[in-house]
Amino acid sequence: MAECHPVGFQWVMEAKARGATIIHIDPRFTRTSAMAHQYVPVRAGSDIAFLGGIINYILSNEKYFREYVVSYTNAATIVSEDFQDADQLDGLFSGFDPKTGTYDTTSWAYEGMETAAAAGTRTVAGRQPGAQAGGGGHEFGGRGVALPHSEVHRDESLEDPFCVFQILKRHYARYTPEMVQRICGVPPEQFVKVCEAVTANSGRERTTAWVYSVGWTQHSVGVQYIRGAAIIQLLLGNMGRPGGGILALRGHASIQGSTDIPTLFDLLPGYLPMPRAGIHRTLDEYLASIKSEGQKGFWTAADTYMVSLLKAWWGDAATKENDFGFEWLPRINADHSNYQTIVDMLDDKVEGYFLLGQNPAVGSANGKMQRLAMSHLKWLVVRDLNLIESATFWKDGPEIATGEMRTEDIGTEVFFLPAAAHTEKDGTFTQTQRLLQWHHKAVEPRGDCRSELDFFFHLGRLLRARLATSSLKRDEGLRSLTWDYPMLEAGEPDAAAVLQEINGRHLSGEKAGQMLNSFVEMKADGSTSGGCWIYTGVYTDGVNQSARRKPGSQQSWVAPEWGWAWPMNRRILYNRASADPDGKPWSERKAYVWWDEAAGKWTGHDVPDFQVTKAPSFRPEPGIGGPEGLAGDDPFIMQADGKAWLYAPSGLLDGPLPVHYEPLESPLRNAMHAQQSNPTREMFPRKENLTGPSPPEPGSDVYPYVVTTYRLTEHHTAGGMSRWSPYLAELQPEFFCEVSPELAAERGLEHLGWATIVTARTAIEARVLVTDRVTPLAVGGRTIHQIGLPYHWGVGGGGSIVSGDSANDVMGVALDPNVHIQDSKAAACDIQPGRRPTGPALPRYVEEYRRRAGISVDTGTARVTPHQDGS
Amino acid sequence: MRTEALTPRTRTADRVVKSICPYCAVGCGQRVYVKGERVIQIEGDPDSPISRGRLCPKGSASEQLVNNPGRVTTVKYRRPFGTDWEELPLDRAMEMIADRVLDTRERTWEDADGQGNALHRTLGIASLGGATLDNEENYLIKKLFSAIGVVQVENQARI
Amino acid sequence: MWGWSNAPDPAADTGWTNAPARKGFFTDGSVCIGCKACEVACKEWNGIPEDGLQLLGMSYDNTGGLGASTWRHVAFIEQPRRSVGTDGLTPLPMVAATSDQNTRDGGAETGIRWLMSSDVCKHCTHAACLDVCPTGALLRTEFGTVVVQDDICNGCGYCIPACPFGVIDRRDGPVGARNVGIAQKCTLCYDRLRDDMTPACAQACPTQSIQFGDLDELRVRAQDRVDTLHAAGVTDARLYLADPNDGIGGAGAFFLLLDEPEVYGLPPDPVVTTRDLPAMWRTAAIAGATLVAGAAAAFVRARS
Repeated sequence: MAECHPVGFQWVMEAKARGATIIHIDPRFTRTSAMAHQYVPVRAGSDIAFLGGIINYILSNEKYFREYVVSYTNAATIVSEDFQDADQLDGLFSGFDPKTGTYDTTSWAYEGMETAAAAGTRTVAGRQPGAQAGGGGHEFGGRGVALPHSEVHRDESLEDPFCVFQILKRHYARYTPEMVQRICGVPPEQFVKVCEAVTANSGRERTTAWVYSVGWTQHSVGVQYIRGAAIIQLLLGNMGRPGGGILALRGHASIQGSTDIPTLFDLLPGYLPMPRAGIHRTLDEYLASIKSEGQKGFWTAADTYMVSLLKAWWGDAATKENDFGFEWLPRINADHSNYQTIVDMLDDKVEGYFLLGQNPAVGSANGKMQRLAMSHLKWLVVRDLNLIESATFWKDGPEIATGEMRTEDIGTEVFFLPAAAHTEKDGTFTQTQRLLQWHHKAVEPRGDCRSELDFFFHLGRLLRARLATSSLKRDEGLRSLTWDYPMLEAGEPDAAAVLQEINGRHLSGEKAGQMLNSFVEMKADGSTSGGCWIYTGVYTDGVNQSARRKPGSQQSWVAPEWGWAWPMNRRILYNRASADPDGKPWSERKAYVWWDEAAGKWTGHDVPDFQVTKAPSFRPEPGIGGPEGLAGDDPFIMQADGKAWLYAPSGLLDGPLPVHYEPLESPLRNAMHAQQSNPTREMFPRKENLTGPSPPEPGSDVYPYVVTTYRLTEHHTAGGMSRWSPYLAELQPEFFCEVSPELAAERGLEHLGWATIVTARTAIEARVLVTDRVTPLAVGGRTIHQIGLPYHWGVGGGGSIVSGDSANDVMGVALDPNVHIQDSKAAACDIQPGRRPTGPALPRYVEEYRRRAGISVDTGTARVTPHQDGS
Repeated sequence: MRTEALTPRTRTADRVVKSICPYCAVGCGQRVYVKGERVIQIEGDPDSPISRGRLCPKGSASEQLVNNPGRVTTVKYRRPFGTDWEELPLDRAMEMIADRVLDTRERTWEDADGQGNALHRTLGIASLGGATLDNEENYLIKKLFSAIGVVQVENQARI
Repeated sequence: MWGWSNAPDPAADTGWTNAPARKGFFTDGSVCIGCKACEVACKEWNGIPEDGLQLLGMSYDNTGGLGASTWRHVAFIEQPRRSVGTDGLTPLPMVAATSDQNTRDGGAETGIRWLMSSDVCKHCTHAACLDVCPTGALLRTEFGTVVVQDDICNGCGYCIPACPFGVIDRRDGPVGARNVGIAQKCTLCYDRLRDDMTPACAQACPTQSIQFGDLDELRVRAQDRVDTLHAAGVTDARLYLADPNDGIGGAGAFFLLLDEPEVYGLPPDPVVTTRDLPAMWRTAAIAGATLVAGAAAAFVRARS
């Protein structure tokens, strides 16, 4: 956090000065570790074992916050007796189909919902055998999945052997400190110290926060990492409370915003799913899959969110008769995410590509595959501040140097359009804690520099003009699109008008034309519009709330009048959980939101994340769904049962509970189960994306070390906003690798000398920093060396101050099945002193390694790990 | 002597514009000082309850980011099989891009799958980016691409 | 005993009347996270050119040291594992329960400590650079700081060897950059001070490792911090250049360090290189010092 988010880290330092304990768990000793009370080096890719160990410690030492767990989580809920855990099936859960590599999740359901749950679970229904379908994960970003109803069976004694709590206990029983040592390389004393600190600092009087950066997600089990932290936080009662939570520190100014208003293939704004071919033929079919009338919570109003979105996009053309234009939306039927698209590019299925402030030639895993893919495009539009490597790969990419590509042979037509900077446009960023902050344009962009707002508005205008007289059905959506934004003097659309469209309006009645103040005002009859329901309220009372800048010193510590947080300006989600079931703060020290009996409403330091007049004692009539179905002690108001899910009966594609699997490339056999790696991982086996062998396959000794990638304070991601800046470039001018003195001795690496790092994909060179900050780990009876690579550099690019080989070139592409994120934080490599070969000698060098390791396209692709006896 | 007459350039700025740091997602407040329609200084906004006026090295280098003399300010064009960049007027580039979008879309359009289920899309066009952009921009991107049937719209959130 | 230990107000001594309280920096190395925001914020404000693109291998420090084009420099010191087991592995990090809540003891766990601290011109009470400057380009400001007047400096370079810390230097490039050939160093953002603004580095510093303010007040604050750290068991904590009785009469920019100054690349006991000069003057005529200082101030004014 100190490394990548130094200004955010001021709050950690302040907490530390007030007595907070800081623990840093990371393969790498960073600037954060330097400030921590305890630094715990772990083997990259082993975190679920570590988190599971903590869960086991909490459960076996009775350290959980019982009242919170019983009341606010699904610990008491009874699960189907058909469910079989990973422990019973050597690392698989019940329902696995080895042919498709997918689970039928029916048996994971709550008791009494087995059949219905499967039917109601879009993910499974939407998944096509043999194809890596797109459902799951992000699609459920704002909620749990639908349940047919909320009539769950509970045993609040937590003793029923099929209740979630008992399943959890059994599932994690083997995650002992000794097992943690065997998998993570963390000595038991050090591990137990972490457990003690975390549990001692949780409960009524205290809360513990878990903070991660997105390297935690970049695993083939990335979603389950976060789930692991969620289980800990729920068991300890650290969710919905001040000082608690699981805080994702995200690396881009509006990466949260670009998920909320998604430039993502499987989502529409506000975490509504993209419609699926054959399943969502009508709006009704679509809505029925998002919610059921019988379930609890605010997703039952999804029809109002969706119809308001369609009204925002298609205005008067969206009518009840035409399903509000639902048919104009394109349909998805598979994984259309980034890496699948890259592979499709290689296969000449994609002709045109837009790159918008992103530099995948450096920033994506397996950069070589990325660059090769782009050379298959017919046309490429790059919009950026600088001539990034993704714009110039045809001219000066690494493959030009090796002869694997020739400029004269690359038919890609490339348009580079200079972008406007943040000071040259109005608009909002949504920062990592869901806070929308408006930034005002300071100056006009120079020359041809333009904002994306300008570019896409005018592109849309040109396309509409060309199709104005078309009678084709496919063009109806574009021709009917609302695209009449007021223009500013400079000829670009007014960003405020776009934000107003996102907020939404009353379209009829006495308030016609007025802004909506809340998404609860949205209607499903077409009388309201709103481009992203969770952002409704950002224009409350017609005022741009995101532009509020009341100084922090003039308001409460929650600072509710600075910017605007979705939803409804709530700064902590699910904050009903900050009070006990009776509505009283768990402790005065941790009071945040509470029930004011006299006033008959919820009040506190934040906007209550609960129906404001619903008393804690309220119990709905059985069978009532929607918000009215939430009891007064159901704080998790977006969940179909009002409870937080320790165990996910559906919605996840790789298991209802996190289980330790080895990274796709690992030097070690999985010590927990026979199953080596995530059986549901998404793979792209092809010659451009080879995988190194892992046990029990032979050959892993050819790549004996673990390589991981990371960032430095001085640079920004793939470097497009830092390597062109002299003041930043001079602070970290060269690509380097970090190795321990022990590894340096083992391989003859010299400080400040050169090293070549080689994986199954390629070889790169880096200057060597030999440092005691890298700790060899004793894991599974052997010493594991880890090599760290900052990934900010690239080869080529126009005008960058510094350049160097790109760390991501050595990483492969295999994906988490839930969200299609790549497994790029733990790979197997070799390291040798000296510079890498150049020219055609480089691919030959890489090939020689592959030959020695016996790598073929099939290496590492077995879904179910063969037993060592060959059975 | 010059030193005695020194006045900080923030004092003589024509205006101060409130902004937000464009690098990571902490969302630090920035004050952008403008003189003669040029940004002359960017520093932390002490009013921000998030950042309290502080900036990291990247945020502190924001002025260099926006005023970088090496920043490309004209459209660059590389024709198929070309060996170098060429200049191209922005308006012309926009027309050419619009032509290519429609051309590819026409060629790669899918009305329905093999079972007759509506697809209403093209897989011939893809887009990557958005995490560094404004919400309003992401909104127009998703809206326009959806309207023309482009589904392969992605950004850094998944990478 | 020598010098001006009874004259803690260099601005007044130089002839400034109604000078504001002396300003300075307290750089607290116990909370520095090594982000280098100070280096960049300084360069941005003062228009300082880039200063070399070499990987130095000094941990994460690729700046190397202060110079004409580096007025803030963050040192990184990796202190190695205290012992290594016979198997080549780090021994189990056995740590006694710590009451220390205020220092970097991730190190205690792994046997490694990573020290960081931001260095800067010390703005000495007895500033040899100023003493030796033949043109009067080096000025003691009303804030008690030491500033090079770039329109007066002739680049003679006498100040360079005079500085006991190696801070000041002559900018030798790049061609076209401002003030090439002129001696350059931190001004404590003289222009900003004149507008009641915080110097750029202190303004940016995410963790308040760099604190700006009235020197008297900073010294009290710093001593409190040391006391807190000592009470927490961080006995290594010590102030550096905070003592008005040291060899430079105390610094306007002083530091809290967690190890010996040499570890950070700082001289352990710096002495103003012109220390004999005032001693001689005092022998000749004690009142002379005031007269000379007054004359120097008058000289400066006449040039302005």
